[in-house]
Amino acid sequence: MSAVSLQVDNLRVYYRTTRGDVKALDGVTFEVADREIMGLAGESGCGKSTLAKSLIRYDGRMRHVSGKALLDGLSLPGGRYTKVSLIPQYAMSAMNPTVKIGRLIADLVRAHGWSYRELLPELVRRLELVGLSADVLNNYPIELSGGMKQRAVMVLSTLLNPSLLIADEVTSALDVTNQRAVAETLVQFRDRGFVTSMIVVTHDISLVYQIADTILVMYAGKLAEKAPAEVLVNAPKHPYTRLLISSLPEVGVRHATRKLTGIPGRPPHLLNPPTGCRFRDRCPLAYDRCAEEPPFTEVEPGHFVACWKAMSEGSPGENQEACAAERSGGTPW
Amino acid sequence: MHRYFGRKTLIYLLTFIVAVTLNWLIPRFMPGDPVLRMLTRTSVSNPEAIAPMREYYERVFGLDVPLWQQYVNYWVQLLKGNMGVSVWLFPTPVTEVITRAVPYTLALLIPAILLSWIAGNKVGALAARRKWLDNTVLPVGYVLTATPYMWLGILLAWSLGIVGGIFPVAGGYSFELRPEWSLAFVGNLFSHWFLPFLSLFLVAFGGWAIGMRNLIIYELEADYANYLETLGAPRSLIRRYAFRNALLPQLTGLALQLGVLVAGALVTEIVFAYPGLGYLILSAIQNQDFFLLQGTFLFVVIGVLLANFVIDVIYVIVDPRVRVGMQGAS
Repeated sequence: MSAVSLQVDNLRVYYRTTRGDVKALDGVTFEVADREIMGLAGESGCGKSTLAKSLIRYDGRMRHVSGKALLDGLSLPGGRYTKVSLIPQYAMSAMNPTVKIGRLIADLVRAHGWSYRELLPELVRRLELVGLSADVLNNYPIELSGGMKQRAVMVLSTLLNPSLLIADEVTSALDVTNQRAVAETLVQFRDRGFVTSMIVVTHDISLVYQIADTILVMYAGKLAEKAPAEVLVNAPKHPYTRLLISSLPEVGVRHATRKLTGIPGRPPHLLNPPTGCRFRDRCPLAYDRCAEEPPFTEVEPGHFVACWKAMSEGSPGENQEACAAERSGGTPW
Repeated sequence: MHRYFGRKTLIYLLTFIVAVTLNWLIPRFMPGDPVLRMLTRTSVSNPEAIAPMREYYERVFGLDVPLWQQYVNYWVQLLKGNMGVSVWLFPTPVTEVITRAVPYTLALLIPAILLSWIAGNKVGALAARRKWLDNTVLPVGYVLTATPYMWLGILLAWSLGIVGGIFPVAGGYSFELRPEWSLAFVGNLFSHWFLPFLSLFLVAFGGWAIGMRNLIIYELEADYANYLETLGAPRSLIRRYAFRNALLPQLTGLALQLGVLVAGALVTEIVFAYPGLGYLILSAIQNQDFFLLQGTFLFVVIGVLLANFVIDVIYVIVDPRVRVGMQGAS
């Protein structure tokens, strides 16, 4: 990877509630390189949406506690739309229903000091690239299908060539065919230089694996593991990542004979998170040392992990077997 | 488009027929006999004269034929523009009585409805984004909208009219003046108009302001507002969109509230003895004046239906979703 684009350093963002602070993002440090597509995965409530939001816009309940995020030297959140942009989870309802799409885009780019007329040829070119005709600019959002709206939003969000694009669960509301198309469009946007780097927030590892260069796994407000996509999926080191990946259904496996299982237990509540490793209660490999918080360290080039076991043993194959055996309760399938 | 308006016209036509029928029925269900009432008023001493007089009046009012025929006659005359002769102001035709009263009612209603709607929406939208304004507009709005029109009217008449002595409390203009196009008369007309207008305006204003405030807050939470904010759109742009979208339910509200506002205007007129339709309705009921009552009701019904139709048309112009719905149906 070339130069570093996004640098997040020990970022802590809490949610204010009447019962105290919910520590949704508790000290995360990572980098995203130029032209890197980083998948950000984890189960709901792990803090991945909070991380995405804290890079673009704090909502009223979010409180910045410590740390910083820098994008090409610009402190985030800042430079919305021109530097950082978002494809929201709710792309279907993201556009004002009573304004024509062209008018909406014109209002928005003018507010950022651009001329709509000058941008129009490029806008039309990009619409055609995602398979929309220029006519959609004269349509109201309700006149478009869900997939068309999603693509229009993708073009709209990236029109000013932002340095960082956050795609927040963009495929969740789509059928499988469209998911694939959207994922490929994202890669194409990066390849054509519409966006410099990208964070794809998702809970669908199998999808993000197809497009991401690296994948970052979060658990309970902390980073668990970051590695190149191939490595993370094929040789994960963190027990949580392993369990996450082994709970995915596999092609060719008949689930009538082999029961599809998840990870037993639930993630801890972040109002009063446990000390030490936060995955300790659910981890089949937990031992004494896990009472102490594991640092997020680089065990191999580009492979970061926050687990004492993974750091000390460094032999993924062995651990994986142990892990799998533990999960199935030692009984053969 | 044609289909939409065709369907709407049919609905309005049906409503009109039902309303006219009810108009005709209601006075006839009232206890009492208008002809008998006229006879007592004439104070004829000769009992033999009563029977022919009765016969004469019944013929004049068309009450000497069977009920079904009265109904048919009513429709026939109505389509000719004839609403009969007033019992109360015999022998003035009902149309003439109504034409004299209508300007007063319209002068009250139209400014009260439009100004309260516009001002209420503006103030409500402002309240949605300023804390201190919200803290004042909301309670004041709730009190105003919960106040009955006539009660607020009485309160205003007492405070600004009797105690303050600023405005007259009754009538359309002072008795010592003659209707003419002079500054003195118009000024006098205005001072008589102001209090009834104000009571109508204030009650409606409270309702619109609260409605708008809630709608704006809801719109600013909507996905599109969030998305625009994420893309760094200025607040003014988001507010402009939110205001426009929030106006649509308010427009529906206006269509629904028209009837209530008209009824409010009628009782307000009674409080201020204002010579409009409301005052006529009261007199018509007190004098068993079938024809005047029918006429005024009919006028109110036509007015409300027309206003609703106008709102339907405006809705088609401002909301693309309604337009799309129409295309989908055809």
